[in-house]
Amino acid sequence: MNNLDCLIPIVAVVTDIRRDTPDVKTFRVVGLDGKKPFIHKPGQCAMLSIPGVGEALFSITSSPTNEKYLEFSIKKCGCVTEVLHSIEVGQQITLRGPYGRPFPVDTVFAKKDLLFVAGGIGLAPLRSVINYIRDKRENYGKVAVVYGARTAEDLVDYEEIEKEWKNVKDFDVYLTIDREQPDWTGHVGFVPNYVKEVGVPNTYTAVLCGPPIMIKFTLAGLLELGFKKENIYTTLELRMKCGIGKCGRCNVGDKYVCKDGPVFCMTELDELPDEY
Amino acid sequence: MYKIKLSDLDKLYKAISEDYPLYLPIKKAGEVNYGLYGEDEEVSLTTLKTVKSPKDAFFPQSEDLVNFKVDGNKIEVIDVRKEEQPFVVMGVRACDFKAFDVLDRVFLVDPLDTFYQNKRNAAIVVTNACTEPEDSCFCKVFGIDASDPSGDITTFIIGENLFWRANTEKGNALTEKVKGLFTETDDKIVAEEQKAIREKINSLPNVNLDLTPFKDEMLDIFNSEKWGKLSEACLGCGACTFVCPTCQCFDIRELTKNDGTVSRFRCWDSCMYSDFTKTAGGQPRTTQMQRYRQRFMHKLVYYPENNEGVYSCVGCGRCVKSCPMHLNIVKVIKAFDKGGKDE
Repeated sequence: MNNLDCLIPIVAVVTDIRRDTPDVKTFRVVGLDGKKPFIHKPGQCAMLSIPGVGEALFSITSSPTNEKYLEFSIKKCGCVTEVLHSIEVGQQITLRGPYGRPFPVDTVFAKKDLLFVAGGIGLAPLRSVINYIRDKRENYGKVAVVYGARTAEDLVDYEEIEKEWKNVKDFDVYLTIDREQPDWTGHVGFVPNYVKEVGVPNTYTAVLCGPPIMIKFTLAGLLELGFKKENIYTTLELRMKCGIGKCGRCNVGDKYVCKDGPVFCMTELDELPDEY
Repeated sequence: MYKIKLSDLDKLYKAISEDYPLYLPIKKAGEVNYGLYGEDEEVSLTTLKTVKSPKDAFFPQSEDLVNFKVDGNKIEVIDVRKEEQPFVVMGVRACDFKAFDVLDRVFLVDPLDTFYQNKRNAAIVVTNACTEPEDSCFCKVFGIDASDPSGDITTFIIGENLFWRANTEKGNALTEKVKGLFTETDDKIVAEEQKAIREKINSLPNVNLDLTPFKDEMLDIFNSEKWGKLSEACLGCGACTFVCPTCQCFDIRELTKNDGTVSRFRCWDSCMYSDFTKTAGGQPRTTQMQRYRQRFMHKLVYYPENNEGVYSCVGCGRCVKSCPMHLNIVKVIKAFDKGGKDE
């Protein structure tokens, strides 16, 4: 009998919980030995669960360059996330992964100028790549981050953005919120329009993550600006149970989002049925 | 090659079951399904189509994956897998045997599914040629020869006898154990019968279905207007997926037992159900047409795309018999046939 099976998780422990927005918390997770449970690549995901409640797949928010722990930024929106938002530090959870095809950080992205466009909780998977690039700065060109949320309170990881990203060489960070509010002095407006206003050259490789409506209009805007589809990447999110391409749930065309994605190039999505 | 009188088969079942758990078609409450042999059971080896396929042997309808003991904020993982003992599955038809290959291409590719693999390795499969194929059969369309199934052992029911041929080491080992019940024979009668079976199959109504339209552009097939009419009557009951020998979609669920142990198990699921793809954030397939299309696109287009052209259908015809609205894959294939008329 084989000793290992992908469907049998390990136990991990939550060592820190940070409230990022009214409905997003970031959970720091280590193994029972206090070490990082596994090595992942930017864009990959993992299955988290509280036994008795259920399992769900989340993108790993921390960068692989963080050698101490994994982080998951999780928005409260369903059964499992509801319970995750109620736990306290010291709670054990189960964990399996990492799953999925990561961003091509060491191949396609190498030496390139990169534009990251995120909306709301969409920053979670991108934070992994952005911090990876920050830590391996010499391997990449210029970086622009356009990030928007409904309100200033809904901007995830705001402190890290202000304190760290804005101080990195050749990192340009553009924040926006949907509607004006009293304490906000920054840009106001929707992400797709702001991307156009910012005027990043169309030679950049773009990575989009956010609500479908944001992706749709940002993509249209980028194409208008002359970006090529082969230089635009995004991540998909569908219901998953196994995470290893067997349970059939996340099947779109001949792809399984859990193993062939979640990262896709726009040219790949063009070849798939519009069912995601 | 060996043979045994049909009237002596009980002795054979008994002899095999002394050494191995023996699963074969058993009649219960008027339906024939694969079940564990016991002396009081009514074996029905001549039943052409069991209601459910034998995929249960390797991919049970419900199966424990792992247990958890939860104590406050502590969790203990309990591996519930046990060493699989060798067992025999007997009476497997050619289509159902081919379906094991279709499932292998899902569960035995990296990362390995050890729950499936351990059972698959432990099994000795005895197939049974289809001497009486019926109108709902169309295995020939998928290149399956119902007159000559493989497996560890192949059997043929001809006249008053069951003929027995071992094909593998495992098959030889089982044969050695029960050889005392057999008489030796040549394969002349079997060869004649096989010829007769092939002729019967060639005269069945659905053996000349044309699959070439499904080699067209994926998006053209997906966007075809035909799906609307084809799926109009679908109730979304999922019967077709549960009787299907190649359907492998599953759900993972949890059950908290009385003693507080959490049992995580997987169970068959169906792409025909509306909650199959439903998330807290949305639903990519909102209509039954989309769900219906997904099932057949997967079997005839997506799966072959990933598996060197092998289809995820073996023509067993169970869906033809089980659909309350008389929808089935045969109608789908015919609808896309460019030479034929739309159904």
